[in-house]
Amino acid sequence: MAHKKPNYYLVWLYLLILTIAEVFVAFVSGLPFQILVFILLGLALWKAALVAMYYMHLRFEPPRLVLLALAPIPLAILITIVVVTMEGF
Amino acid sequence: MSQAAAIHAQAPRPMEGMRVYNVKLGMWVFLLSEVMFFSGLIGAYIILRFAHPEQWAAPGEVLNVPLTAFNTFMLICSSVTMVKAFAAIEHGDQAGLKRWLLATIVLGTAFVSIQVVEYMKLAEHGFVPIASLYAAEGGPLYGSTFYTMTGFHGAHVTIGVLCLVFTLSKALRGHYTEEYYSGVEIMGLYWHFVDLVWIILFTIVYLI
Repeated sequence: MAHKKPNYYLVWLYLLILTIAEVFVAFVSGLPFQILVFILLGLALWKAALVAMYYMHLRFEPPRLVLLALAPIPLAILITIVVVTMEGF
Repeated sequence: MSQAAAIHAQAPRPMEGMRVYNVKLGMWVFLLSEVMFFSGLIGAYIILRFAHPEQWAAPGEVLNVPLTAFNTFMLICSSVTMVKAFAAIEHGDQAGLKRWLLATIVLGTAFVSIQVVEYMKLAEHGFVPIASLYAAEGGPLYGSTFYTMTGFHGAHVTIGVLCLVFTLSKALRGHYTEEYYSGVEIMGLYWHFVDLVWIILFTIVYLI
């Protein structure tokens, strides 16, 4: 169970930089919409993963709890695929 | 006291199965139900937006993105202060626990306050949940989805602040110690989850 404490301020700095990057990508970069959405979602998921891994200590929990926490993600992806490929959508 | 022993102190009963103490497991299961709740809202948003793209304004046209970006920054800061509160009590630092919890309460309150100001400014300009701001092009989906998603998140932050006040009041009475800190840890889990949800919402509601 014992683990080295992560550097919480470094994670904060990452989150701050990624937020600034998001606003930059959304308003300054002028990228095509599809690429923009792709990058923005990627950055958001990156930030979410940082919070879950370091602030919620998921990285240092027993693997079973990690599995439990990650269980909804495949379901969410499945639902998204089903909805987007639905006939008449 | 070793960390393994400290973690054991949180568990009134042996920790079989998941190998985390009961209160923490309970909080994680609750957070997973919250994931489903917000997935439902986000899923509905994606479907409505794809079906009626004409009802949405371009990012930054109606919503105040700089103000919200600043608010996002404050919520991220409040996550640091929360995790520092937990780190403090893990080392038995009572003063640190109280100081960081208070900082988290201040930042959380500021977040909700700015959101209220944002709502009032938007309403002043006629952007209310049922407004057909873009009536010529469609209906009120933009307003209703915006207020539903940010409103539910704001409610979560508000409840979080109230729980933090409760946690602080217990901390002031010396309820938490180096051996017994589960209340602070699960409070942190909830608070970070609310931050995590905002990270997703900020991107899909304000930036895309």
